[in-house]
Amino acid sequence: MGFKGLLASTALLGTLALSGAAAADPVKVGLVSTLSGPSAVLGQHMRDGFLLAVKELNGKLGGQPTEVVVVDDELKPDIAVQKVKGLLERDKVDFVAGVVFSNVMGAVAKPVTANETFLISGNAGPSTIAGAGCSPFFFSASYQNDQNHEVLGKYAQDKGFKKVVLIAPNYQAGKDSLAGFKRYYKGEVADEIYTQLGQLDFSAELAKIAAAKPDAVFTFMPGGMGVNLVKQYRQAGLADTTPFLSAFTVDETTLPATGEAALGFYSGAAWAPDLDTPANKAFVAAFEKEYGYIPALYAAQGYDAAKLIDSALKATGGKTADKAAVRAALKKADFSSVRGNFKFNTNQFPIQDFYLVKVGKRPDGKVETMVQEKVFSNYGDAYAEKCEMK
Amino acid sequence: MTLTLFLVQMLNGLQLGILLFLVAAGLTLVFGVMDVINLAHGVQYMLGAYLMVTATALTGSFWLGLPLALAAALVLGLLLERLVIRQLYGRDHLDQVLATFGIILFVSEAVRMVWGSAPLAIPMPQALSGSVRLMDGLNYPVYRLVLIGAGLGVAGLLYVLVTRTRAGMLLRAGATNAPMVSALGVDINALFARIFAFGAMLAAFAGAMAGPILSVEPGMGDNLLILAFVVIVIGGIGSMRGAFVAALLVGLIDTLGRSFLTDILKLVMSASAASAAGPALASMSVYVLMAAILFFRPRGLFPAPA
Repeated sequence: MGFKGLLASTALLGTLALSGAAAADPVKVGLVSTLSGPSAVLGQHMRDGFLLAVKELNGKLGGQPTEVVVVDDELKPDIAVQKVKGLLERDKVDFVAGVVFSNVMGAVAKPVTANETFLISGNAGPSTIAGAGCSPFFFSASYQNDQNHEVLGKYAQDKGFKKVVLIAPNYQAGKDSLAGFKRYYKGEVADEIYTQLGQLDFSAELAKIAAAKPDAVFTFMPGGMGVNLVKQYRQAGLADTTPFLSAFTVDETTLPATGEAALGFYSGAAWAPDLDTPANKAFVAAFEKEYGYIPALYAAQGYDAAKLIDSALKATGGKTADKAAVRAALKKADFSSVRGNFKFNTNQFPIQDFYLVKVGKRPDGKVETMVQEKVFSNYGDAYAEKCEMK
Repeated sequence: MTLTLFLVQMLNGLQLGILLFLVAAGLTLVFGVMDVINLAHGVQYMLGAYLMVTATALTGSFWLGLPLALAAALVLGLLLERLVIRQLYGRDHLDQVLATFGIILFVSEAVRMVWGSAPLAIPMPQALSGSVRLMDGLNYPVYRLVLIGAGLGVAGLLYVLVTRTRAGMLLRAGATNAPMVSALGVDINALFARIFAFGAMLAAFAGAMAGPILSVEPGMGDNLLILAFVVIVIGGIGSMRGAFVAALLVGLIDTLGRSFLTDILKLVMSASAASAAGPALASMSVYVLMAAILFFRPRGLFPAPA
């Protein structure tokens, strides 16, 4: 990580030197992302999205020369805390942005907000921070964790599916996912299958699903687990008979591996590459041109996080010392989000639209998720009322 | 819970067992003959899959890619033995664990730099992409049946190799008393290098064969490595036959546990308690099996002669 981080920051510093920036100290942003290990691809999307926004703004946020320090949390909370402390104490960053995984967020949120530094989440949105543990220094540029699962639950309910099978890894996020689905789905749950975290072969589970003959399957299988499940689901012939509803399972981070095996599979999200807003069209085109791959929602959220900081700094004239002013400016969310509709709730999590998306083929033959229908409009999360912040 | 479902699950268990055997065979060879704990065996499995990705992409064919990937894995195995493993013979097991763990970190990161961190896919060979209908609503991919066949073939081949050839004789002799074999004029270092590279190639074969049904990603070998260690401990360290029996046993227990334990528990406890306890017990089942077998046969099912 360190090398790439250094590279990114030196590149940005380079542009500063050329533009002969004003004498003021540059704005410093610490970008925390997961850049090593099996889940690094999510962090890579987020980092690339964030850096693209900074690059498009000529290395400046709010018109101020900006230095982005990229650090790799290695998906290890203890290491993340160490590195974040380095950002706060050594680099003295004005903002911390990013964080893909909720367990990492759980570890770093306290040290950052207690230091009165703004933390802009590029993905993780645990219920604790959305609810009673909300903080004036925490803003989410992504979503609250439950929401994407709720989209599929609502869809399954509206669609009138009578019987579903749920399958998720046996850990906290897996259980939360199924609970989120069931918040809106009231039909029969024929079976709830919990698999081992990191499981690669699902043949036993697929045989169980086939035996249960459900109207649909809902799953939450992030990363490589999802790739395997999707491919094996297709190979088992279930894709032709039973709709595959999922959250964080088929997206642009896994589609390069699943390819056409995932065609016609459903997911729920606040964003998709083909979402029809002018800002999004420009973003996706620029991203593909810059990095040569299709952005996933993590990239879009990283991009929005940078744009959010930019908008706030513009409003304060680039000053970061007056925390109250920065906070008020952030709360306005005065930027054109790639998601179109975007404003902050009382808990400083977004109120936005959520869509059912379906994997389809683009004219150029590549597969990506495509918006099918809007499931929730101006949707805030269920925890905001537990947040006592004004 | 019908009979067909049960048979399908048996087949699934068999297939997992075969895959485990391919990985465990190399591990037990290296551990049994060379007395080296090779934690990096899992990354050799992963490397096999990645090499296969590149080889199939280069040649455009599964069948041309496979020998290419295996040859590359063999060469890398020889290289690894020469550079690192050779320094570890006769050293403390702790040294070996540390050094091979270092290899894991190094290779994983190298793989990520070369192939990227996104999961990749190996296209399934066209001729084998069909499926057979085993039960209502479920197709069983022909490829999985081929995988079982290939695994059994390799097992047979290994059996002949170990018991019927001169190389196998040296290998068995080396497992029993390496210094003596060396004293009799056999170049033990060359023998060890070949065994290590062969083990690496077996792991790579497992990875390459698993590629079309599993995703190819960094860390794909980690879970399998732990199971492979369970297999060789159950089977008796250094015993090929033990590894085969234990691999099938572990594959079956794991699969049947995953598929039926929750339903069985539902007969004796409430549904919610069963769905909480079932998966937990299922993931423990192979370790419980290992503990039970070690209790009655501390040196495994087929202990290699001391």
